[in-house]
Amino acid sequence: MKLTVWTYEGPPHVGAMRVATGMTGLHYVLHAPQGDTYADLLFTMIERRDHRPPVTYTTFQARDLGSDTANLFKTSLQDAYARFEPEALIVGASCTAELIQDDPGGMSETMDIPVPVIPLELPSYQRKENFGADETFFQIVRALAEPMQKTAQITCNLIGPTALGFRHRDDITEITSLLSDMSISVNVVAPMTASPSDVKRLGAAHFNVLMYPETAETAARWMARELDQPYTKTVPIGVGATRDFVREVAEITGLKPYLDDTRLRLPWYSKSVDSTYLTGKRVFLFGDGTHVAAAARIARDEMGFEVVGIGCYNREMARPIRALARDYGVEALITDDYLEVERVIETLQPEMILGTQMERHIGKRLGIPCAVISAPVHVQDFPARYSPQMGIEGANVIFDTWVHPLVMGLEEHLLHMFRDDFEFHDAAGPSHHGGHAPKPDVAGADTQMPAPASNVIWLDDAERELKKIPFFVRGKARRNTETFASERGVAEISVETLYEAKAHYAR
Amino acid sequence: MTELPRLVTSGGCRDEPILKQRGQREVFCGLTGIIWLHRKMQDAFFLVIGSRTCAHLLQSAAGVMIFAEPRFGTAILEETDLAGLADAHAELDKVVDQLLARRKDIKQLFLVGSCPSEVIKLDLSRAAERMTEKYAPSVRVLNFSGSGIETTFTQGEDACLASMVPVLPQTDARQLLLVGALPDVVEEQAVSLLTDMGIGPVKVLPAPRSDTDLAVGENTVFALTQPFLGDTHAALERRGARHLAAAFPFGEEGTTAWLRVIAQEFGVSQETFDRVTEAPRARARKAISQAADALQGKSIFFFPDSQLEIPLARFLTRECGMEAVEVGAPFIHKGIVGPDLDMLAQGPTLSEGQDVDLQLDRCRAARPDLTVCGLGLANPLEAEGLATKWAIELVFTPVHFYEQAGDLAGLFSRPVRRSDLLKLEASA
Repeated sequence: MKLTVWTYEGPPHVGAMRVATGMTGLHYVLHAPQGDTYADLLFTMIERRDHRPPVTYTTFQARDLGSDTANLFKTSLQDAYARFEPEALIVGASCTAELIQDDPGGMSETMDIPVPVIPLELPSYQRKENFGADETFFQIVRALAEPMQKTAQITCNLIGPTALGFRHRDDITEITSLLSDMSISVNVVAPMTASPSDVKRLGAAHFNVLMYPETAETAARWMARELDQPYTKTVPIGVGATRDFVREVAEITGLKPYLDDTRLRLPWYSKSVDSTYLTGKRVFLFGDGTHVAAAARIARDEMGFEVVGIGCYNREMARPIRALARDYGVEALITDDYLEVERVIETLQPEMILGTQMERHIGKRLGIPCAVISAPVHVQDFPARYSPQMGIEGANVIFDTWVHPLVMGLEEHLLHMFRDDFEFHDAAGPSHHGGHAPKPDVAGADTQMPAPASNVIWLDDAERELKKIPFFVRGKARRNTETFASERGVAEISVETLYEAKAHYAR
Repeated sequence: MTELPRLVTSGGCRDEPILKQRGQREVFCGLTGIIWLHRKMQDAFFLVIGSRTCAHLLQSAAGVMIFAEPRFGTAILEETDLAGLADAHAELDKVVDQLLARRKDIKQLFLVGSCPSEVIKLDLSRAAERMTEKYAPSVRVLNFSGSGIETTFTQGEDACLASMVPVLPQTDARQLLLVGALPDVVEEQAVSLLTDMGIGPVKVLPAPRSDTDLAVGENTVFALTQPFLGDTHAALERRGARHLAAAFPFGEEGTTAWLRVIAQEFGVSQETFDRVTEAPRARARKAISQAADALQGKSIFFFPDSQLEIPLARFLTRECGMEAVEVGAPFIHKGIVGPDLDMLAQGPTLSEGQDVDLQLDRCRAARPDLTVCGLGLANPLEAEGLATKWAIELVFTPVHFYEQAGDLAGLFSRPVRRSDLLKLEASA
């Protein structure tokens, strides 16, 4: 038993959902109780998906236990096939169903479903989300892909992108275009965008681009062995890594290396005079192994930061991250314990954190700026604009993203110059992102509110009532009430006035 | 809308047939209630004994992780715990020791059962008794189940409050107990309306801290502020307390009906009642009418979620002029929502439980102007051109009583108005 406050990864069946939801024409029948349907909102809300994830939950209840949960699974599978008519199905159990040992895979074999039904064994009490995605994609590939004649032109598959992935949507576009510049077209992108019939023709490509080892390395190794497809080992995040990736692709294909870097701005931006303020900034890196490894190289070699700590939450990447940390002369932090990450950051006192949404909260608490480089994702990690991490544009995006939370060069000097100025003191923080500076507590912030401009007086209990309103709308409530009162020539604001005003502005 | 509450001439929905289907549900489990309960009970820690899925649910439902070290957590069961039950108890003791050593501010600890802990039959009530003895008097340990095989969404709060009732001290004092976790601002409005009528003492379950003088007995009468508190209702009756059944305090009419039942119990004169309620009632009516313009004549479809569906359908049809197509609730407890059913005109399909695919078929066929549903369904329905309201907001936002009546109507009118406001094509 392990006490957990926040978790970096979901359970393995959520990884399977990321694969299924990224794909088309595939349906997942998950033996699970009703509460597990919460996972749908990860996709519909965080990623703003316009379709329900293709998942049927068997929804067993306490009263079904020991009687007919197995039949419930069979009915659900039959109904899901009839309703959604997928090209293939995956079946498995969530953590609770694993305990009742109904064996969804075995049961589905005895049924007469006319499309491939792929059983998943995802041990919920040992493994986590990334494993679930990697294993699910591997099982689908193994069940469906076959050796076949390679395409006449040189083609590749992009493998690894899933639903709910950190910038996967835009990385696909960026890498497709980079490869196209080398005259390589993409055969299949999988799991995201692929249907089971697309998975069947994976073997037609000459090689695989392994975009995210976390979610597709097992499949990549299998395809290397069974389909005679080498795969790329370099993840093209950052300028140097992108150039290395181009060279690696050239070696695999025998084509001439080519990279259109006319739009690449990171190197010049790093060298421009304003960026001297970046030099030697002490940064701490934490996230999934792949993104952390890429970020470490960018931080040290392409931004001139000093890397003071490196870590990852996915144990599968412990070995490469430990090796990397040795190169950087720091100790690797391999843990999925949020509180431990917080303790390490507190001890190291970096000037910046490159982490996940979780570290962003640690940064907020400790007053350290933080840029997000990795999953777990948040609604902010699905921006409307094109915002890849990979390739040329990815490097530009990363430069902007990392610099954004920092105080700009000249501004930093101005801040020092005016540090004792009454309107411009330290606690006010950098003007364009007050949010990253250490703040007085919420109650304290309230007292800094300007006094009413007019001569309206707040009676004590109205003032107390106002304090009960959530702080983020309190200012508006105060302004509205005062306007309302002064328009009516009311000199004193009572609780009544407060609510009269509220009713007046209600809409 | 300005008249006194009136019964519907058709006789209401209390005895209408209820559509019950069995299939996939699209609802949260009871663990979700921890998100608001831990804000309400400021010296309580909620320890879920469950799987990584439970921890992930709490994190996802909490949406933003604004509390660096929140007062809830999950003791995640691991392979080794599943091997033998004796081990699991010893492990749990260890986790609780760790936790309480670090959090001296914790006075109440809730051991919260989950699907996996129920399936392996981990006896948390035994664990809670053992720990209560061990940590008395500084920490009280209780247990309840928020598991998804037994509870749906708001039933978690019900299970939690019900677990507190048996350990409340006995009192013979005549008192009013308000039951349900409400935002402070709303709770204080309710108490102040009642106090102004001369009703008292008024106590609230759950109390913000465990060291308050909350007690219960045969001279206690209680009013529910939330319609999902069936088990708590039963637990209080077992302690001799008497329930004041009323429509729920949503909207001007619901709030007045709710207050009136209590006022009658306490012998408040009509004159006093009017004096106290007149001004806020007028404000509520005004605020509702401003928001309700957009809702007049519009149709609404409720997917089951929080058990607030029936009282809300009553409010929206009677005070905002909407037409209910289907009112789905995860569970319909007529002893509690009966007065609301009486006021809801016949017509809509009443459904209990769900088969989400069949219900979606009905919803698509009806093409309502507004669909109230969970977060998993909202964007997919919006993409099909159906305006939606996330049901979860109704639980997280202050919506009870007079001063929030306009806000409540506004929650429904905003998505309807938005479809008129957005112009996303080239100008003609």
